[in-house]
Amino acid sequence: MDLDDLNAIAEKERASRKKTVIRCCTAAGCMSSHSDAVKAGLEKAVRESGLDDRVEVRGVGCMRLCCQGPLVGVDPAGIIYERVTPEDAPSLVASTEGGATQVRRGDPNHPFFRKQLSIVLANSGEIDPERIESYIAADGYLGLHAVLIEMAPKDAVDSVIRSGLRGRGGAGYPTGLKWATVAKTPGAQKYVVCNADEGDPGAFMDRSVLESDPHSVLEGMAIAGYAVGASQGFIYVRAEYPLAIKRLQIAIKQAKQIGLLGSGILESPFNFNVDIRIGAGAYVCGEETALMASIEGKRGTPRPRPPFPAESGLWGCPTLINNVETFANIAPIIRRGAEWYAAIGTGKSKGTKVFALAGKIANTGLIEVPMGTPLRQIVEEMGGGAPDGAKIKAVQTGGPSGGCIPAHELDTPVDYESLTRLGSIMGSGGMIVMDESTRMPEVARYFMEFCMDESCGKCIPCRAGTVQMHRLLDKIVKREATAGDLSKLEDLCEMVRHTSLCGLGQNAPNPVVSTLRFFRNEYLELLRQEPDGEPAAAAGAAPARNKEAS
Amino acid sequence: MARVMKHASGDKRFKILEAHIKKFQGRQDALIEVLHKAQELFGYLEDDLLLFVAYQLKLPPGRVYGVATFYHFFTLKPQGAHTCVVCLGTACYVRGADRVLAAIEAEAKIKAGETTPDKQLSVLTARCIGACGIAPAVVYDGTTVPRQTPESAVAQVKGWLPHGP
Repeated sequence: MDLDDLNAIAEKERASRKKTVIRCCTAAGCMSSHSDAVKAGLEKAVRESGLDDRVEVRGVGCMRLCCQGPLVGVDPAGIIYERVTPEDAPSLVASTEGGATQVRRGDPNHPFFRKQLSIVLANSGEIDPERIESYIAADGYLGLHAVLIEMAPKDAVDSVIRSGLRGRGGAGYPTGLKWATVAKTPGAQKYVVCNADEGDPGAFMDRSVLESDPHSVLEGMAIAGYAVGASQGFIYVRAEYPLAIKRLQIAIKQAKQIGLLGSGILESPFNFNVDIRIGAGAYVCGEETALMASIEGKRGTPRPRPPFPAESGLWGCPTLINNVETFANIAPIIRRGAEWYAAIGTGKSKGTKVFALAGKIANTGLIEVPMGTPLRQIVEEMGGGAPDGAKIKAVQTGGPSGGCIPAHELDTPVDYESLTRLGSIMGSGGMIVMDESTRMPEVARYFMEFCMDESCGKCIPCRAGTVQMHRLLDKIVKREATAGDLSKLEDLCEMVRHTSLCGLGQNAPNPVVSTLRFFRNEYLELLRQEPDGEPAAAAGAAPARNKEAS
Repeated sequence: MARVMKHASGDKRFKILEAHIKKFQGRQDALIEVLHKAQELFGYLEDDLLLFVAYQLKLPPGRVYGVATFYHFFTLKPQGAHTCVVCLGTACYVRGADRVLAAIEAEAKIKAGETTPDKQLSVLTARCIGACGIAPAVVYDGTTVPRQTPESAVAQVKGWLPHGP
């Protein structure tokens, strides 16, 4: 396999393209609405109407607007059909030849689609994730070729540094810097690890990338392997994502078959293999040291850093750990240049970010926007606001480690620093919209229950602190708490944040602290009067509502 | 360890598991992969099975037990013939997954994490299955079903429950 072979595959794939392409979403969201039956129906309809030589039915990855699935797109007409059923297939296929169809059409010019800028999701909904040829026809593996043939490892690292890419897993550590550290750490054996343990409830970006474009992640990992001097990669995927695992297995097998993974890749001396490790349902394994313990077959408990994985990671070897979305950005950066990438986004946050929009919002699904896009544009323009005319109250980002951003701060641009300033975090990209019917103390209790259950139990502040905080929050929600309990809760938040071993404990108080900061009144309304008759709530607190807390 | 012998039961599934362990060259770091396979074959991880895995991988039984109990995905109790997993992720939560779960619990007369006495239905919860775009979602016997309501969920599980008066 060399560049000519790669180009030949791409040419052949492009030449075999038929006049009309009907794209049917086969990502997990639409699959649960039976898009596989829709796809089978479309294929049957094409066969029965004798359009085999003119119409291609292609299973593709996520087409983004999950709430209207199953989605079907028709090219080159540029039409999107929503809530398609297998029964719709004959008329839908006939419409490509001038027939009429009653299937509901979506609006491809809606801001939800129009305001997106696709880098990571460029192939999502376009290519067939189960065929490597489809990826190669979309310039796939050209980035890897460019790196292996034209660049020294340090040039590849330098490209990533200049692109300004920061870790998409949530913390935002500069990716190039991490690569440089691993590259310069001596070691005969090094590892590249892809963190696909997307545990934040409400986040499904990584799942969609793996289901829609698995090769982009493999290519990014191989480039990273070359840059840092590693020959073995691991992808740690959640067991909850069976379809992503299946597509990754297919992708690895196909890449190995044609020599894009394995030994002597693209006729260079570079060897790189990727193995899948399946998680077993432990949120803490998203933390890098816990993840490595899990890959080694142990209980997924974190350990203190330093030493950082870059120096001493898997089996004590230098290890590079990046998130799925981070790896998916690499090939485009190499192909189109670091400067192109660095021109997108804001001063300190470059490129785009994929968000999973969910909750009380009209348009749920996946969006990719340039860093610095105002939250208001995302939730109101693209997301269409809360359904049924309800009012948006807050946007939750960062999962159980993040916070709630109140409606009056919606003009905040989404970048790492701005979200941190509001007491939330960028996180991996889950964005849950809450409307007026959502009560914040209950949200805080919900997240604390999550952290309490998921605490690995290794360090006491997290193990015991989350239990105590949950108990206090439960008391507040049940209207049994006093002002003293609230101040105890705030003290505990401080203590757990500063003394926990890993990110899970350190960030567990975030949902409490951020809701207390912006929605303190909701807590005060729930407080019980002190036994001595003194009013428990601070001055200015609204009188308690009559409604029972559930 | 006295009870552990090479599939003394004659159960063929042990043989399949052993072949799987060989695929990993008996590497101890493959423990989690092996437990996945064991659970897939047997439905749950009973003590004998854990001892078998420990013996095969030459690991202390305590280490295997420790790993099996650490991860939520592994279950040490037998499951019902049917399972119903209610996602309690944030998106499902704000769209009423708690009410869906409560309705199922009331109908099946068991709590989440339990199995009906006739071993027909297990009601479970998930942290987040990543189906946030179609929340609230419930997984019935491995099939994810979108946009559930208390009524639609009860209708789904009703057939798996004893037909009382």
